[in-house]
Amino acid sequence: MSVMVVRKKVTRKWEKLPGRNTFCCDGRVMMARQKGIFYLTLFLILGTCTLFFAFDLPPREDFCVDEENVPQEEENKNRCRYLAVQLSPAIPVFAAMLFLFSMATLLRTSFSDPGVIPRALPDEAAFIEMEIEATNGAVPQGQRPPPRIKNFQINNQIVKLKYCYTCKIFRPPRASHCSICDNCVERFDHHCPWVGNCVGKRNYRYFYLFILSLSLLTIYVFAFNIVYVALKSLKIGFLETLKETPGTVLEVLICFFTLWSVVGLTGFHTFLVALNQTTNEDIKGSWTGKNRVQNPYSHGNIVKNCCEVLCGPLPPSVLDRRGILPLEESGSRPPSTQETSSSLLPQSPPLTEHLSSNEMPEDTSTPEEMPPPVPPEPPQEVAETEK
Amino acid sequence: MATEVHNLQELRRSASLATKVFIQRDYSDGTICQFQTKFPPELDSRIERQLFEETVKTLNGFYAEAEKIGGSSYLEGCLACATAYFIFLCMETHYEKVLKKISRYIQEQNEKIFAPRGLLLTDPVERGMRVIEISIYEDRCSSGSSSSGSSSGSGSSGGGGVGAGAR
Repeated sequence: MSVMVVRKKVTRKWEKLPGRNTFCCDGRVMMARQKGIFYLTLFLILGTCTLFFAFDLPPREDFCVDEENVPQEEENKNRCRYLAVQLSPAIPVFAAMLFLFSMATLLRTSFSDPGVIPRALPDEAAFIEMEIEATNGAVPQGQRPPPRIKNFQINNQIVKLKYCYTCKIFRPPRASHCSICDNCVERFDHHCPWVGNCVGKRNYRYFYLFILSLSLLTIYVFAFNIVYVALKSLKIGFLETLKETPGTVLEVLICFFTLWSVVGLTGFHTFLVALNQTTNEDIKGSWTGKNRVQNPYSHGNIVKNCCEVLCGPLPPSVLDRRGILPLEESGSRPPSTQETSSSLLPQSPPLTEHLSSNEMPEDTSTPEEMPPPVPPEPPQEVAETEK
Repeated sequence: MATEVHNLQELRRSASLATKVFIQRDYSDGTICQFQTKFPPELDSRIERQLFEETVKTLNGFYAEAEKIGGSSYLEGCLACATAYFIFLCMETHYEKVLKKISRYIQEQNEKIFAPRGLLLTDPVERGMRVIEISIYEDRCSSGSSSSGSSSGSGSSGGGGVGAGAR
């Protein structure tokens, strides 16, 4: 009987989460449904950098500038010596660092929870409905109910909280409902198809650092491609250079078009960070205009705003994607978080999954690691005696 | 630990969930996590106002500590940025450490103060940091009528509300 129970597949909370997200690696990775443009972003960055490292920078052996180790072809000899040897060996090192940093921040932005607010459970939703009815009074049948808005005073300014009909909660200030992912997100900035995820409170700094490092990387690659072409043109002429190194031409084209968009976006977000605003607020004009309130979240000081947005404390995810759902059937053994084993086992459904503690490599969801404040279900007593 | 868990289990077995009260967030200080200290009328006969307010104020203090913007949080942020955030794979953030403290505090409060009065506090983290859910239990042995405040019925809501917390 117990053997049969143990082999049952464990259901994790991410499988039952409402909203239009996709989850990978058993709930560790969370993204939007449409990922096509994200793959394009990855392809462009990886492709361009591969071309840069392969063609414009020499292999490591050539740092010694040993004649015998240099590849045989004359063109390769010239190419190999150019950037790293003629200019500086620090060029590939710095390029690699920028590349790794931008990839790391891109993956962090794309795979982490942007700050999704879980939907209200039925009890809470009913409680709020009661409160709303008490405030507004009963609405006769057929009439449109008044808009559900609560007013709060923040820093001497009135801020309205709107009720979200999908999530059945009063949205916190600065939160917004993303129609693409169908979730309320805290400090909602925008939904970015290039990273395949919403940008919100928890991943805004990663997004900003990604576009910043990508701008620097693009400028870097663009500049050194120009340098390479210029240096080589001095020897063999401009048209010959273009014929010999089509990779460089491609890189220059990609970088040129990327430059305008990414650098412009970085400038825009730097402006937003300095004023502690979100893209959503900027587009809606929440804090601009004569009759509107001033931004109550800004500290009035650019440095302080930047520090808060980029270096402030990072709240953990409240979604608890990897928590295990208690099984409905009475004969089954609900999993307990007190059982421990290695956390990063490959995702096999049976016993090992059942026993693994819910540590995550990227976004640790603290509720699993804490002793539950509520008593466990009675069947667990049976489980513990079995151990 | 086992005996305390048993006491809470006893409470659940012998009592039936009457209603739930939800303490909402207080946004008057901005978006930081704070809960309203207004005493809900449903708890009037169950717990002293001062004890309740003290609990909520302590929780508010913990959350303020977690979200405090100062030297140590900047240091943590800059260090994490310098390591391209790989350091979060092995290190717990300050916020997570404080959340653990909060969880221990809530469990302690439940055992010492709330459970003996037939109440149960749910950690706000399990409700998306939106509300502090207080479950009010009626003793099955007593003859008092259990009034269900929520429309979804006490049986299923009890299972759902408390079960969600048990992980």
